[in-house]
Amino acid sequence: MRTWLAPYQMRSAATLEEALTTLSREPGRWRPFAGGTDLMVLLEAGRLPHQHFLDIWPLRELQGITASADVVDIGALATYTDLLQDAVVAAEFPLVCDAARQTGAVAIQNRGTVGGNIANASPAADLPPALLVYDAEVELASVRGRRRIPYERFHTGYKQMELAPDELIVRVSMRRGRRSWRQTYRKVGTRRAQAISKICFAAAADVQDGVVRDVRIALGSVAPTVIRARGAEAALHGQPLADGVRRGAAAALEADVAPIDDVRSTAAYRRLVARNLLEEFLA
Amino acid sequence: MAKERSIGRAIPRRDGRAKVTGQARYVDDLTMPGMLHGVTVRSTVPRGLIRGISYGDGLPWGEFTIVTAADIPGRNVVALILEDQPYLADVQVNHAEEPILLLAHHDRHLLEEARRRVHVEIEPLEPVFTIDDSLAARPVVWGPDNVFKSYLVGRGDVDAALASAAIVVEGEYETGAQEQLYIEPNGMLAVADPSAGVTVWGSMQCPYYVHKALAELFGLPVEKIRVVQMETGGGFGGKEEYPSVIAGHAALLAWKSGRPVKMIYDRAEDMAATTKRHPSRTRHRTAVAADGRLLAMDIDFVIDGGAYCTLSPVVLSRGTIHASGPYYCPNVRVRGRAVATNVPPHGAFRGFGAPQSIFALERHMDRVAAAVGLEPDEFRRRNFIRPGQVSAVGQVMRDQVDMSGILSRALELSSFQEKRRRFSDENQRAGGRRRRGIGLATFMHGAGFTGSGEDHLASIVAVEGTADGRVRVLSASTEIGQGTNTIFAQIAADALGLAVDDVDVAQPDTAVVPNSGPTVASRTCMVVGKLVENACANLRAMLESGTQLLETRAEVSEAIRSHVRQHGTLRASAQYQPPQGVRWDDEKYEGDAYGSYAWAAYVAEVTVDLTTFEVKVDDFVAVQEVGRVIHPVLATGQIEGGVAQAIGWALYEDVVWREGRMVNAQMTNYIMPTSADLPTIRVFFEEVPYAGGPGGAKGIGELPMDGPAPAIANAVGHAVGADVRRIPLTPEAVARLLEAALV
Amino acid sequence: MTAVVNGETAEIEGHPMMRLLDALRVTLHLTGTKEGCGEGECGACAVRMNGRLVNSCLVPLLQADGATITTIEGLASAGDLHRVQQAFIDYGGAQCGICTPGMILAAADLLDRHPDPSMEEIREGLAGNLCRCTGYMRIFEAVVGAVKAGRS
Repeated sequence: MRTWLAPYQMRSAATLEEALTTLSREPGRWRPFAGGTDLMVLLEAGRLPHQHFLDIWPLRELQGITASADVVDIGALATYTDLLQDAVVAAEFPLVCDAARQTGAVAIQNRGTVGGNIANASPAADLPPALLVYDAEVELASVRGRRRIPYERFHTGYKQMELAPDELIVRVSMRRGRRSWRQTYRKVGTRRAQAISKICFAAAADVQDGVVRDVRIALGSVAPTVIRARGAEAALHGQPLADGVRRGAAAALEADVAPIDDVRSTAAYRRLVARNLLEEFLA
Repeated sequence: MAKERSIGRAIPRRDGRAKVTGQARYVDDLTMPGMLHGVTVRSTVPRGLIRGISYGDGLPWGEFTIVTAADIPGRNVVALILEDQPYLADVQVNHAEEPILLLAHHDRHLLEEARRRVHVEIEPLEPVFTIDDSLAARPVVWGPDNVFKSYLVGRGDVDAALASAAIVVEGEYETGAQEQLYIEPNGMLAVADPSAGVTVWGSMQCPYYVHKALAELFGLPVEKIRVVQMETGGGFGGKEEYPSVIAGHAALLAWKSGRPVKMIYDRAEDMAATTKRHPSRTRHRTAVAADGRLLAMDIDFVIDGGAYCTLSPVVLSRGTIHASGPYYCPNVRVRGRAVATNVPPHGAFRGFGAPQSIFALERHMDRVAAAVGLEPDEFRRRNFIRPGQVSAVGQVMRDQVDMSGILSRALELSSFQEKRRRFSDENQRAGGRRRRGIGLATFMHGAGFTGSGEDHLASIVAVEGTADGRVRVLSASTEIGQGTNTIFAQIAADALGLAVDDVDVAQPDTAVVPNSGPTVASRTCMVVGKLVENACANLRAMLESGTQLLETRAEVSEAIRSHVRQHGTLRASAQYQPPQGVRWDDEKYEGDAYGSYAWAAYVAEVTVDLTTFEVKVDDFVAVQEVGRVIHPVLATGQIEGGVAQAIGWALYEDVVWREGRMVNAQMTNYIMPTSADLPTIRVFFEEVPYAGGPGGAKGIGELPMDGPAPAIANAVGHAVGADVRRIPLTPEAVARLLEAALV
Repeated sequence: MTAVVNGETAEIEGHPMMRLLDALRVTLHLTGTKEGCGEGECGACAVRMNGRLVNSCLVPLLQADGATITTIEGLASAGDLHRVQQAFIDYGGAQCGICTPGMILAAADLLDRHPDPSMEEIREGLAGNLCRCTGYMRIFEAVVGAVKAGRS
């Protein structure tokens, strides 16, 4: 389907200040538009109810990836390609790279952005589980100032976010120092590329002398939002990696997830595979 | 006959340069002055009575051209086999997405908005969606009993053999719908008016099918209809009969508006509303001797035709005839039925019924082999049909077929036996989360129209000489990617003693080319290519009559030039003649069903991931005997592409239905394999020349669709012990099968 | 908006959210770039924008302002085919041809980034371009052929 464009408007912002001013003058009227890989699909399908868009692609303040001694800061407009090409991200945040490499394919990776992916708030998004595992923090900006919130508190419900109508995501930050952790990322898509995930699993564990000192487990496509598997994590935290503990974690995972049947897969499959992925990670 | 210089060589395809530079012209690349765009308003209800049509507020409806059934000048019927399908529904709709009304406007985007604002009120009637419900007349939605067509073929005494057999193996197998998913959607551009007639340009496989349909729709004599095929971005059967519908719609809007109208389907519409592969359900009951010889095969084959008859009788016929495979069995009964449901009509898709019945057969053969304790390859070897033996429909196999040899080659190339043992051992040791398997399928595929079909088509090809010493081949066979234009040039060049570059192949335009039949049924090379060869031989005879033989290219070229100079024209033609000794009984539906068969053995190697239940095909070997390879790269490309489509059908492509509508009509949700999903596909040919084909060639376009799905299902069976009965074999299905096995 | 398309400056009037694909095909009559799905899945609409491969059905006109764009029509230079185009001819990489422009753009982009790609990298680089005709085998051979041609 094509969409009649007359009711739609798009204007460009040249600077962050300009963008925030626009967003604040008429809160909720203007939606930020980054690489368009989600919004243009909706537009062409006739499923884009919102009609006023602010092109933020030119905003320099939101571009780039920088690393300090402790932290990597990813600009909200960093694309998946930018993530894949950054040396620090590649070396220290492999799950982010795995996610980026499995999002769409090259042409999508060149245009899709970290901020756009987060703001689209799909429970099936590929990057968020990796961000959750790395305890990412999101920085939001408005004319009222800046604030930071842990990414795990950002998604509050299906397509609902801790994001005011006049706010813009400007940065996602992750602390360095997890290199030694056992890490895995597995997206189970409908095919090996250009696929929406049926289930997405990301996990990292600090295992020393056979004991789980710390652990993060995150999943996509098994709940209304991407989730941390808190029950499974609690069952593992401080425990030895023994068969009984593994089984306990898998059982706890059942309560962490709430998958549904949809056009791509079934609740039963998602539940079963989530368990299998956890078992594989803990093996 | 001149000796071969082009046939057998991998010359560059002649449309290659245009395609790699973006200069090839597909229908959506065309514009005309004053052109309007057209769209179709469709039913959202699977069955019901049309009560009213209303137009939403706020749009300038006066600017739109609106066409309903009342505007049809001729007959509101899509002329094909039966006359049950209307171009535009006016009283009742019988499937969701059924066309009701057409709109045209110059603004392609406003047109979309208008389409959304037309409201059709439909009073629902009870629909039927499954083969079981249709057979049970729950309710009757077509004809007296929902059955479009039935066949009963066979020989011997199946009931007696089953009754007395010690070992009987039963099974039921199902295949789902499959969307052709050509990357270029359906499209047509039309001009039409009562005095000049109707001309359409578009994406299609069969210009003369469209031609016939338009003549009926407009009530015009055939000379007033002109159909021109543009570069076509894939067909696979999906553009065999369907283009008549979109062509008619574009032409109706052109007729009423007095302007050219271009209608291009968007992807979601094309997927949901146009034809797909017939879903099937096959039941087998097989009596087998302890030594593995087949004693009786009782087969019940049912296909779901959707709401209207379209081509279901012919799909059924091919599926029925292929249902018992490349085996000899003295007692065979195949009952075939095509039934109606309230979904968009299903139609032609590469293989045309055979992939469905062969999936069931080849999966079943593995189970029968297991029942008598034989390996799948050995079991088949004991049952292959041999030259001189009679098939299920009474065809004496005159092909010098050596299925055992073909199978041996496939087994060797795939290391089948060694892997069969090794994977079994590894899988038994049960460590790790991967299981590997290897499986095979053996099959044949008949080329050309079934039975007397080619006789009825009576195809004609013409070839003309030009003033500058070149020739032009005139046929209605379309280039849709498979290489028609290239192989026709090769065949003509060799038959005439010219170089390939001396030969042009005319764009299929019904004003210019004779009716050489549709581009379907694996007939283009074998049947029409033979006519090209014959027409060229006739042309050569005209040049050589009374003079000495022409030996060199220069002599031939000069003879053409001088003949045209002398007589003004040079033209020869050839018409299809049934081969000697071929007999077919339409009444009893028995005899020589096809002029020749291609024979094949395919092997699939898979890994099943026990964490995610995904099946990956790691290696694929395709061995086939095809008569003669006219062009190695094009022929290999046909097999590779067909295998890829069949892997898609086996593992990935699932049409999700809800209330008779396809709800995953997006490329993001209907999954075809990407370059990251497919294995290396290894293709090998054998050649036993077939006298009826050009240079000895048989047809191969559909063959590769038949083998991969059962080979993969058999391989998964080997890997994890799952008894696969239906495709698509999605990871969800594998998980369910394994779960059921544990209980 | 103004862009440089295949080396020439182009002025395009249109709604800011008009697809770049339509601007190329309809406004500039560069019909080599194809529409296969309108949802960014098939890659038939792929072009190079500011040095990167993008799906032009997903780029709004406003964001193409000031961009440098190469379509299939601009790949050949001074009458010589790009080595990827030549390889597609030599190795039979095109059947029906509808995916071919996008596929060639993707292959050219791949070779710019990985001059000597592994088969894994070739598969990954082309994974966003769907082909229904070939099963990808001849396309892979064409890419390998283009690599060899680039060395000689």
